[in-house]
Amino acid sequence: MKEFKHYQAAHCENGVTVGLLQQAGMHQITEPLAFGIGSGLFYIQIPFLTLQSGPAISFRSIPGSIFKRTCKTFDVKLQSNRYRSEDKAIQEMDELLRQGKSIGCQVGVYNLSYYPKEYRFHFNAHNMIVFGKNGDMYEVSDPIMEETTLLSEEDMRKVRFAKGVFAPRGHIYYPKQEIHVTDEQIKIAIQKGIKRNCRDMLRIPGGVAGVAGINFTARNIRKWKDKYGDRKAALHLGQIVRMQEEIGTGGGGFRYLYAAFLEEAAAITGKDELLIVSEKMTQAGDMWRNSAVQMAGIYKGRLRAQADYNVSADMLNAVSALEKEAFQQLDKIKWK
Amino acid sequence: MKKSEIPQDDSPLRGWTREVCYAKNEDGKYESGLSTGWSIKADALEEAWVEVDRRIEEALQLVRSNQASPILYFMEKSLMDEGVLSHYTGIWKWRIKRHLKPTHFAKLNDKLLQKYAKAFEITIDQLKNFK
Repeated sequence: MKEFKHYQAAHCENGVTVGLLQQAGMHQITEPLAFGIGSGLFYIQIPFLTLQSGPAISFRSIPGSIFKRTCKTFDVKLQSNRYRSEDKAIQEMDELLRQGKSIGCQVGVYNLSYYPKEYRFHFNAHNMIVFGKNGDMYEVSDPIMEETTLLSEEDMRKVRFAKGVFAPRGHIYYPKQEIHVTDEQIKIAIQKGIKRNCRDMLRIPGGVAGVAGINFTARNIRKWKDKYGDRKAALHLGQIVRMQEEIGTGGGGFRYLYAAFLEEAAAITGKDELLIVSEKMTQAGDMWRNSAVQMAGIYKGRLRAQADYNVSADMLNAVSALEKEAFQQLDKIKWK
Repeated sequence: MKKSEIPQDDSPLRGWTREVCYAKNEDGKYESGLSTGWSIKADALEEAWVEVDRRIEEALQLVRSNQASPILYFMEKSLMDEGVLSHYTGIWKWRIKRHLKPTHFAKLNDKLLQKYAKAFEITIDQLKNFK
């Protein structure tokens, strides 16, 4: 068995994708490449749904999709299991570890004992790699961590069978084969990833996803003060900032990560247009962060006028316009 | 964002891990760097916890004044809502909503109470003899 190499990443799912693919023999993969090829950049505010009594907003595609899409693009067969029985889930994981496999594993963070209490909400779409077991302790490579960690069997059971939205039901996944990929395949994968991302950001109907979704949130923000009152409206803004910046985004709601991907993509494909769009994505990341500073003024209680909410909303409208321009530019690239 | 501008503020990450950020180095190329946190989002997280504490305190007052059952208090304390609690206990949401009322709660048998106690990781006694 090859010794496992821990890979720290901004985003857990990218990190697990990179860790597992590298372990299986694909040496070229990096976090920005995995993110771009898996079309990870997104925006959606799901209407009528609330999370921790705030708006349900995400800056990335649906959990699990980055790994699945990346594997599919490279024609990698993967094994993916969910379980009814906790005992069976534990037995099978232990058996795979005995065979020397490293396993991707979806968990809830509420009972993740090595996390600080401040981060332990009922969030079930965290990913990590389990690569060994010593007695009662699992050896865990959590992409958020600088080093590998240990987790007891009792805790492993709890986090693998956390309940609520995105309940993992013991979900594990791993590539079934060695992976060797040519540079030509990577070029094609990059094109595919970008095209799919253009579709997701520009062409999903309904007005709540992609660049239109950002404007939808902006429209909401203008109404929050009247609708919910100061305290709750401010909390809603805090929730946007947390979704945008909390561990796992690489800053600026994944926009810097996508800019880094476009830069790598330009070097690999030789398409200089990608560098121009990368520049725009960097700017979008900066604008998201500026909007966070503005919103912080409100949730820290320094600002509380309707005009301050309007400024936040205007900032999001501006980001939406810029991202629209960036993705339209990407959409027009002639690959052949 | 430039690599030199990656925030290194105090945050709950301290003593646990540093997080990866992507930023531009001096040659204008992207690189990853580590951050100890950013005050803007540390504040957002703190506000979220202030709200959690407020809700727990509010629940406590409602239980003490007999306007809500202890389930409400433990639900808030476990950061759950009716949906998450329903998933943990296997009890339907509309039933949970009834069990939040003291009159309904008083009639619950031990079997049901045990389900709640398990979800909250407490004993039945803590539910029955709420202090």
